[in-house]
Amino acid sequence: MEQSNVVLQVTNLSKKIRGKQIIHDVSFEVRAGEIFGFLGPNGSGKTTTIRMLVDLIKPTSGKIQICGHDVQKQPEQALRHIGSIVENPEMYGFMTGWDNLQYFANMLDDVDEARICEVVEIVSLTQRIHEKVKTYSLGMKQRLGIAQALLGRPKLLILDEPTNGLDPLGIKELRAFVRMLAGEGISLFISSHLLSEIQLMCDRVAIIDKGRVLAVGSVDELVQQAGTYVLWQLEPREQGIALLLQGGKVAIVSEEEHRIDESVLASMPEAVVTTMPLEDIAHTVSRLVAEGISVEGVHKAAPTLEELFLNMTEGKSLA
Amino acid sequence: MHKLLLLIENETLKMWKKRRFLVIVLVLLVIIPMFTYAQLTVAQNNKDKFADWRNEVLQQITDMQNRLSSNRIPEEWKKQQRIAVQQLQYYLDHDVNPSSPNGVTFTREFMNNAVGLFIPLLVLTIGSDLVSGERGTGTIKMLLTKPVRRWKVLFSKLAALTLYVSLLVGVMVLLCYLISGMFFGYGGWGLPIFTGFTINGSEVDTSFVHVVPQWLYMLMQTGLVWLSAMTVAILALMVSVLVRSTAASMVIMMASVIAGTILSSMSSSWENAKYLFAVNLNLPAYLEGSPPPIEGMSFSFSLIVLAIWAIAGLIVSFSVFTKQDILN
Repeated sequence: MEQSNVVLQVTNLSKKIRGKQIIHDVSFEVRAGEIFGFLGPNGSGKTTTIRMLVDLIKPTSGKIQICGHDVQKQPEQALRHIGSIVENPEMYGFMTGWDNLQYFANMLDDVDEARICEVVEIVSLTQRIHEKVKTYSLGMKQRLGIAQALLGRPKLLILDEPTNGLDPLGIKELRAFVRMLAGEGISLFISSHLLSEIQLMCDRVAIIDKGRVLAVGSVDELVQQAGTYVLWQLEPREQGIALLLQGGKVAIVSEEEHRIDESVLASMPEAVVTTMPLEDIAHTVSRLVAEGISVEGVHKAAPTLEELFLNMTEGKSLA
Repeated sequence: MHKLLLLIENETLKMWKKRRFLVIVLVLLVIIPMFTYAQLTVAQNNKDKFADWRNEVLQQITDMQNRLSSNRIPEEWKKQQRIAVQQLQYYLDHDVNPSSPNGVTFTREFMNNAVGLFIPLLVLTIGSDLVSGERGTGTIKMLLTKPVRRWKVLFSKLAALTLYVSLLVGVMVLLCYLISGMFFGYGGWGLPIFTGFTINGSEVDTSFVHVVPQWLYMLMQTGLVWLSAMTVAILALMVSVLVRSTAASMVIMMASVIAGTILSSMSSSWENAKYLFAVNLNLPAYLEGSPPPIEGMSFSFSLIVLAIWAIAGLIVSFSVFTKQDILN
């Protein structure tokens, strides 16, 4: 990848707080126009890393470059290209949405009233922009936060756990919105503790745990790496299992070993969890049917975040 | 430079929209009429008793001298009384009424009494949450992730604070004058005031005393009030940078100001207390010629102490603010 295509370059970032190493040697890059996921459980160092990206926390060592500008050495040039919401979109509640945007516009270069109107339009807040922010719902605050982040026409938008506290409809809207922005050439950096969310939104992902980046890669690759489970709902069950095991390509995973999302299991009671070559599924189904087993359901289940971690840390327990 | 002005405009508007200043004006609108009323009753009483103000001053002097002869009064306090007697005597000798009732005199005396505690408290209501308040609400993250150097952000806050402190002092003088003038009349600008009393032990040296018109005296006094208010403001800013919670920042500053007034009124035997900023806030007292709260203090001493505190406060504020990690 060419250097000019890299919007955000993080190299060997470390942070010590009160003698405790919080972030260990983190490196990754975000390229122009991509949606980059930053995945990790709560307390893994996501927010600390993000705070370093936007100059709220000084790194102990390492380098952060935004569009070629070092955040430490040239904060004004570097931060010009970033729009961000760190944790919650906190604005001045005693001012109107418009006043808040005007306020932040004053801190940026070349942001005029027309631009403010434009971003208000983008996040569809035109109706209530002249009301005080303290009367806004969380979803509206989130949108105002995004409007604020977009004001300076950033090349990179950083959103920290953007779906937190949003209802399912809000989450769906946010996803569409994120894709729309990416379509306009803005890179997005989105942190989350939910794999499904990252899977739905992002092109590439960095996985962080206990302050270390475990893997960086395309989302599809990572998910594949972790392996996919195939769930079978068979009747009669015991005979079905016996048949599945014939041929030696299918392995049964016991209940203690697999980590599949509870909601998936709930929709398939009594399911047999297996790992097998995915291209064999169709063949296996016809084989089972031919033997008189009724196949009531077959389901491919993606591993959970924990599963990914488990694979990456090579079987070491997460607990 | 243009951007810095926009930042200052931001901070100024924000503080205005928080309506703190409005609250302060309301407080003044309640308190000043109260004091005007109290002053009015005193003036009324004296008018009934004394046909001539000279008799009133004579009476005051006699009262004080009577008290001085009592054994139960501590020596420290006697010293102050003796000085006050000599000053009153000086006014009497020169045929000038030291407290002729009018709007300007009332304002002068009100400001004189407010400088030690009342004004600092009002300043704290504006200054104590400047940074800690933004940390409390989390808006500091929005502020510091913008492409603006941190010192500029703090500087704009300091500039807005200076503006509001000046406005506070100005509005206070104006309201005092307007409200008290309704009862005492709006005259008194040209009234002669003696200043330049120097104090040697318990003796008043009048060799440097000169007459200034009351308007000039008021101007000088207001300047000194502003200086002491600014010192409090800068220290409040520092504490709000250092402490995360607004409540804590407010309490720390209030406690120090109140401790200062207590220490000064104790005429403390703890001489090193004179290096505390809160003990030195009453700058107008030097203009009036009242004895300093602690032995060894003088006008220039107090000015220097306040200046050192203010400069140190600024250095600490800026160096901490530009480096600190925003963790919450």
